[in-house]
Amino acid sequence: MQAFDGVTVLDLTHHIVGPYATKLLADFGADVIKVEPPEGDIARTLPPFQGDEAHPEKSGLFFLLNTNKRSVVLDLRTEDGRAGLARLAAGADLVVENFSPGTLERLGCGWEFFRQANPNICMLSISNFGQDGPYRDYKATELVMYGFAGEMYTMGRTDREPVKMAGTAALFESGSAAAVAAAGLLTGARRHGIAQRADVAIAETHFGGVDRRHAAGIAYQFSGRRSQRAAGAAGGMPSGIYQVADGYVDFTNAGLHADRVVDMIGEEWAQDSRYQDPLARMNPALIDEWNAQFIVWCLSRTKREVWTEARRAKVMCGPLFTVQDLFEDEHFRGRGFWQTVEHPVMGPVEIPGRPFIMQEGGWAIRRPAPLLGQHTAELLTAGV
Amino acid sequence: MSNKPLAGIRVVDLCVVWAGPFATMLMGDLGAEIIKPENPLVWQPMTRGAMARPPQALLALSNAWGGGLPGNVPGPRPWNYSPTFVSLYRNKKSFTVDLRRPEGMEALRRLVARSDIVYENNATGTMEKLGITYDWLRQAKEDIIFIRVPAYGSTGPYFDARALGVHLEGVMGHTLLRGYDDDEPSSNTAIYSGDYLAGAQGAFAAMAALWHRDRTGAGQLIEIGQAENAAAMFSQAIMDYSLNRHVQSTIGNRDVHGRAPCGVYPCLSPGTAETMEDRWISIHVQTDEEWQALVRVMGSPAWAQDGRFTANAGRAQHYREIDAGIAGWTRGQEDYAAAHACQAAGIAAMPVLEASRMFADPHLRARGFFRTQTQGDAGTHEYAGPLWQLSETPVEFYQPPVMFGEHNDYVYRDVLGFSDEEIERYRAGGHISMEYDASVR
Repeated sequence: MQAFDGVTVLDLTHHIVGPYATKLLADFGADVIKVEPPEGDIARTLPPFQGDEAHPEKSGLFFLLNTNKRSVVLDLRTEDGRAGLARLAAGADLVVENFSPGTLERLGCGWEFFRQANPNICMLSISNFGQDGPYRDYKATELVMYGFAGEMYTMGRTDREPVKMAGTAALFESGSAAAVAAAGLLTGARRHGIAQRADVAIAETHFGGVDRRHAAGIAYQFSGRRSQRAAGAAGGMPSGIYQVADGYVDFTNAGLHADRVVDMIGEEWAQDSRYQDPLARMNPALIDEWNAQFIVWCLSRTKREVWTEARRAKVMCGPLFTVQDLFEDEHFRGRGFWQTVEHPVMGPVEIPGRPFIMQEGGWAIRRPAPLLGQHTAELLTAGV
Repeated sequence: MSNKPLAGIRVVDLCVVWAGPFATMLMGDLGAEIIKPENPLVWQPMTRGAMARPPQALLALSNAWGGGLPGNVPGPRPWNYSPTFVSLYRNKKSFTVDLRRPEGMEALRRLVARSDIVYENNATGTMEKLGITYDWLRQAKEDIIFIRVPAYGSTGPYFDARALGVHLEGVMGHTLLRGYDDDEPSSNTAIYSGDYLAGAQGAFAAMAALWHRDRTGAGQLIEIGQAENAAAMFSQAIMDYSLNRHVQSTIGNRDVHGRAPCGVYPCLSPGTAETMEDRWISIHVQTDEEWQALVRVMGSPAWAQDGRFTANAGRAQHYREIDAGIAGWTRGQEDYAAAHACQAAGIAAMPVLEASRMFADPHLRARGFFRTQTQGDAGTHEYAGPLWQLSETPVEFYQPPVMFGEHNDYVYRDVLGFSDEEIERYRAGGHISMEYDASVR
């Protein structure tokens, strides 16, 4: 039995944030019923596609975001569509939606609609800026949102424009936060019988998030100091990103344990007592002198060789892998991280597996991402 | 408090740095009681700050979120008001105990016996050195839930590699997938998105384990291999390799799904990047209609009416030319004004906010997002609010960022049931204090 076995989630979300939140519930046992419009979740139109051919059943992104869900097509603009929705809501514990605020109310399926269908249901609404306030109806995408609400301003070179994270990383952060809210709603309903609504504003999941933004705001409150955009190029003893024989390694904050760095380098110059004094280690000229020698050490080794030495000496370090390096890496292969899932259109598809390991009740793939409307008949005729 | 989702759940917080404390903060926001044992004789770097008693010079050399202490001075108890620390320690309780000594471990054992969850994200081997293992915890509480967050998992060749979030993101491919598309990887800034993901999903994992426990009676050990957990963030790149063997590399601020233009453009600025007063706007056009709308917002300049830009494919191909044209327009605009003009025309655009500007944003004000908290040593300030709003059990900040040892009396007396004599013995032994020992740097 998986942790959320027996929980039914009515999933009215599309794109990335909502589907990632409900995927976590589905992958840990919840029965997630994905309600799609006749044209399907927009994520079905987003790359990468298998064979680079745009096809509603061949998006790798959609596939990863929708494992273990069942798909029912309902046109909520029609009476039939709303009747089907009410029937599904009667058997659900939680409804999750990420329409623009006010959209469901205009269709006649807002909070009151679900309450009438099921007085015990909880509802999680995800939106860019929240269900009220002056920006309620504003549009946002990952770049626009992360630039506004995340710590993007400080990312990149001082003399250039701010630069964002890869892909849609910020949306996966927000999806994780929404999943906590969803699990909180389900837990409150089961433990205390509370049926309630959650308003998750993607912007607020970043303003209040752990990745530097909240702390940067408090630093200003405390000290009047703002946070400067500065690249993580080599500096400190060591700190930042260094070039090596075949690429790069990240040594951010590695100099915090000076003795371990001496051990890692294993060369006489590093033992110079001038390099060990904590206050002297803040002297830019001394840092430059040290780095001139350390860079030679780095350039004569590959990224994997550098990391091996760093691991032996317990120095904080990370080689910059390509996705290919990662995919082929024996550590993650050996741990069974990658999983192959059979899909009726794409065939076998390899995906990243469990986000965490539970001894019991944990992550499992029971079914691949659904074809559009694959479960419409079974869900609407048999009920939930 | 009584009907909050996690009311009645007690969590022992053995967390450090960012990823673990974020998880327990979210659990505290949902109503769990979070109790953090801390050691007056041992400094844990990067949790309550870089050093217990940082020299003034270090504050100025540190990032604002590391060195921006109230009034820019170390003050008497710097461990109580490091910006990074206070951002993660609302709704938590702190008591002090030296876990390196048997009587310290006895206090912890008693606490575990009265708790539901133990959460830790220390370097591999740290807990074992203290004698804190899953078996030991189970002897104290049979159905305990023990959540651990090793960087690369507890098995495999990298199991004891030392890492902060930023290092494991390098290994997971993030650092080569982000940054300018015409510059070196070393132009990237250290970020901690993996700590966000692992923290949030750690709180999720805790609830999953509570569901399992409540139905089966069994606790368990949960392992969040933080690198593996972070993989989802790079779904597009990973799936492109999985399906097509394409090795993606950075595309800067462009859209991974190919919709153009998508970028960050300079605006009228009251100062420079050096004074942290340079201003930027991000604009993302998602359809051909939105492009036409943007052309109108920009005043229909001749360059923008080029037929090569009508369809997305052409805009994506000629993005540098378009970016230069858009920048020519934004340079004469205030960032907020340009964003509002774009939004009025249905285009996704917002200023790129430097963190201090969030406090002046009218939308966040209208939402009542900020919370005023008063902490004994830090004073009264506004903090970012919770990550979500709940209609019936609102998230409260009932405990301001916790001071070191603030709940010694409550924990030893009310939770552990120690007598006055026992408390006096622990105090005399140096376990109970609201100060770090003078020997701690």
